[in-house]
Amino acid sequence: MSAASDIGTLAKAHARWHWSEIVFWCLALSCAFLFPSRFLIMTDIVRLALFALSLDLILGYAGIVSLGHAAFFGVGAYGAGLLALHGIVTEPVLALVVAGFAATVVGFLTSFLVIRGVDLTRLMVTLGIALLLEALAERYSNITGGTDGLQGIEMAPVLGLFTFDMFGKVAFFYALAVLFVLFLVARRIGHSPFGLSLRAIKNNPLRAAAVGVPVNRRLIAVYTLASFYAGVAGALFTQTTQLASLDVFSFERSADLMLVLVIGGTGYLYGGLIGAVVFKMLQEFFSTITPQYWQFWIGLVLVVIVLVGRARLHRWALFVPNLIVRLVGGNKAAVAVPESDAS
Amino acid sequence: MTIVAQGLLASMTSILTILFDGVAYGMLLFVLACGLAVTLGLMNFVNLAHGAFAMAGGYICAVLVNQHGWPFFAALPLAFVGSSLIGAALERLLYRHLYTRSHLDQVLFSIGLVFMSVAAVDYIMGSSRVFIQLPSVLEGQLDVFGVGVGRYRLMIIVICGLLTALLQLVLARTRFGSRLRAAVDDPRAASGLGINVPQVFAFTFAFGCGLAGLGGALSAEILGLDPYFPLKFMIYFLIVVTVGGSSSITGPFLASLLLGIGDVTGKYYVPKMGPFVIYTIMIVILIWRPNGLFGRTAAR
Amino acid sequence: MFVRSHFLLAAGIVAAASALAPQPLAAQEVVKIGLIVPMTGGQASTGKQIDNAVKLYMQQHGDTVAGKKIEVILKDDATLPDNTKRLAQELIVNDKVSIIAGMGVTPSALAVAPLATQAKVPEIVMAAGTSIITERSPYIVRTSFTLAQSSTIIADWAVKNGIKKVATLTSDYAPGNDALNFFKEHFIAGGGEIVEEVKTPLANPDFAPFLQRMKDAKPDAMFVFVPAGQGGNFMKQYAERGLDKAGIKVIGPGDVTDDDLLKDMGDAVLGTVTAHIYSAAHPSAANKEFVAAYKKAYGQRPGFMAVGGYDGINLVYEALKKTGGKADGDSLIAAMKGMKWESPRGPISIDPETRDIVQDVYIRKVEKVDGELYNVEFAKFDAVKDSGKTKK
Repeated sequence: MSAASDIGTLAKAHARWHWSEIVFWCLALSCAFLFPSRFLIMTDIVRLALFALSLDLILGYAGIVSLGHAAFFGVGAYGAGLLALHGIVTEPVLALVVAGFAATVVGFLTSFLVIRGVDLTRLMVTLGIALLLEALAERYSNITGGTDGLQGIEMAPVLGLFTFDMFGKVAFFYALAVLFVLFLVARRIGHSPFGLSLRAIKNNPLRAAAVGVPVNRRLIAVYTLASFYAGVAGALFTQTTQLASLDVFSFERSADLMLVLVIGGTGYLYGGLIGAVVFKMLQEFFSTITPQYWQFWIGLVLVVIVLVGRARLHRWALFVPNLIVRLVGGNKAAVAVPESDAS
Repeated sequence: MTIVAQGLLASMTSILTILFDGVAYGMLLFVLACGLAVTLGLMNFVNLAHGAFAMAGGYICAVLVNQHGWPFFAALPLAFVGSSLIGAALERLLYRHLYTRSHLDQVLFSIGLVFMSVAAVDYIMGSSRVFIQLPSVLEGQLDVFGVGVGRYRLMIIVICGLLTALLQLVLARTRFGSRLRAAVDDPRAASGLGINVPQVFAFTFAFGCGLAGLGGALSAEILGLDPYFPLKFMIYFLIVVTVGGSSSITGPFLASLLLGIGDVTGKYYVPKMGPFVIYTIMIVILIWRPNGLFGRTAAR
Repeated sequence: MFVRSHFLLAAGIVAAASALAPQPLAAQEVVKIGLIVPMTGGQASTGKQIDNAVKLYMQQHGDTVAGKKIEVILKDDATLPDNTKRLAQELIVNDKVSIIAGMGVTPSALAVAPLATQAKVPEIVMAAGTSIITERSPYIVRTSFTLAQSSTIIADWAVKNGIKKVATLTSDYAPGNDALNFFKEHFIAGGGEIVEEVKTPLANPDFAPFLQRMKDAKPDAMFVFVPAGQGGNFMKQYAERGLDKAGIKVIGPGDVTDDDLLKDMGDAVLGTVTAHIYSAAHPSAANKEFVAAYKKAYGQRPGFMAVGGYDGINLVYEALKKTGGKADGDSLIAAMKGMKWESPRGPISIDPETRDIVQDVYIRKVEKVDGELYNVEFAKFDAVKDSGKTKK
């Protein structure tokens, strides 16, 4: 067997749907029926998960560190908000796509700035872009509403059929559907030759270039794609909360996003989703116990996670599930192996 | 004097005042960010919690002056010492274990530390802004040829200027300085030559934290000291360090001056575009020089 | 690789199930109040003051009213309006609160308005100060203040006291713009001239360049509005720049000399004249008691945000007494309209038409009393209504 077909087989094996993934998505959907009173926070988690997914595309697959991803989130959010407020595009799904494209344009233009330089430079350039956009949004407060944000957004029913309700049910299903569709696309791309070339670039850009991968063009492409995802996440935010103000561009948003992704793990697309769940639940949990000082406990959890190490934590977390798998499937059953630190 | 001459004089004095304010702001940023630049350049460790040490120094000074009646100038050195002790302790206990980890892990860790410090200070000291009672010699302005020179800002320029000169002297003329420069340039070669790199770093880290603490105490008057200080100003420190490059202190020095003057000038002449100026300058410089104005690509 | 993700998520969901499970339904005899204020972030001092004041009131008056037990659920929205909205929704739907209170900033109050209308739940605004808030829902009642109340009064005072040229420095957000517009309207109508107008971005560390612009414009006085919490920084830099020596007085709504921070601002603040609705030095028995109790419990002076919270919870108690314990939205709002009482700040009432607060506005000067800086009142305007409502 030649090396090429070896890799081909491996790649194809990876690309097949693993049963655990199917269980994951079924669980996600069933949450709607398990927790019918908590739609709002679940929608919050879904939105964060989509946003984290977009960052995973550039961080996990292409190795671009970004502290300003909220820039695209913000463009998408304000885009959708303005579209709805001024009645330009009233159908939510269409508005979502249009707002996403607006973010994509910004992403494409700024991608040229991001391909240069080392980690720290990229960090600061991306941050600078996000802050610039925030300053712009504040400057043109007659359009954006400034610090007070866009007021009075009312959303038309999704696809003309499902009206957004106060309990957040429609919003949740809408957000989940969007997440799923975009996830499928991302998954497909991740397993394609394009996705594999991105991994090569992340691992060693020089070597990838030597092998003939057009590094810069790939980076621009994935950055633009990620900005579309982030824009859609932002548009989803505005559509499901009917709010959009300056904090959509904020540094805290980008920083929280990095945390979510690092908690969940980068490079396998589910990291953002898991991280979003864990982070939000931790925040809720601590916030309920101590509305004033929850940040302290979140900080402590983060420090502990880093000190203990993700690999070790995964091993501990998987101990019981592995036991069960072995009991049920016998010793030859697929046992989960903690992935080595992917960053 | 003719109207034109009067007008020119007025704008001259404005420009000088703006320049003066900008230089003061810039030097303050430099003292605050200098430790971060060295940490980053020396050990390649992204310490986003740097602002927390600045905040610690600021609060130490505030407590000493406001609640225990210490004179301001006596409390400043203690802010330095206090922060560097905290820095040394944390380095030994926590940071040491993370040198070999990825940048992302370091970011996560330091942000976690920031959250903890913010909430802890909020709990102990309350959420309101803290003002340090200044000696009367520092209040108000001096009149220098018609230009109003703020006394407090003048003091900042003097202290920070002296510090910078001292730092440059230590780096260039002392043995420790040359060890430090060697370790920044190439740690492996340096330890091969017998330089105890971990010790150099521990000391430098503590010193950098001390500087941050001093900067924090000085900035309480200008930037405002409250529990959210590390989060609010983290961005500015990072800007100084990336624009200036992290392989020397001249880089961050010039970068902070540039940013300080740019920010103040922008806010004066175009108030609505205030923050614009800093971010645009930063992006432009980083595109032109991805490693910062004076940076070199790391040797590792 | 994907196996791990599934198990992790399963573990996460099972672990989180307890956190997500809805709270058990409370007994009918409890009236729940959702108090949503910023407890973290830049406006944390506002949230803390309100929380303190509410706790103090409940300590003093007990937690039972008209046969019902009052339960306050405190939530932190970190000044993000989408948080406020989500928390309010959850409180209404899951915890079945009868009242939402707090609202640290205008966007938060506005975000919750449609919920208040839809769920018929009264929204008590204890901090936000923009005029249009009460117009956004028939269930909004305000116990804080509006910028119009203070700004128009100080404008009239300025005209009467020979201030001809004014430079304005206001933060660029809804209350700041309100303050600016109402001041300008009255000041220019009275014959004054605005020589310079500067709007500073809300998150502003350094006022120096803006102050320099003010100085160069050479006005008689500066009209200043910055949010609670930035006033101290501003006054310090005002002094540092020598504007007091240049004869430029500071006038404006009292936010800039907030009692919360006034003590530590330094002597440069002496003589500043402001118009506001509350001063810790207000010479009434009710206020002396309030200030003493607050100081005893929390170690610091109450500011106008604390009074907003104190009066807000008082309003709820009195409304419940009036309805005999009926806690549905319509009854409560009907009871609240027109209610009058003596607050630590002076006599206040709720305007039955606009559901906004009607209160006395005082002109005060910063003076030293017993060695500490206080806003000492020297003029009073009775029962000032908010003039900022949209003209029909």
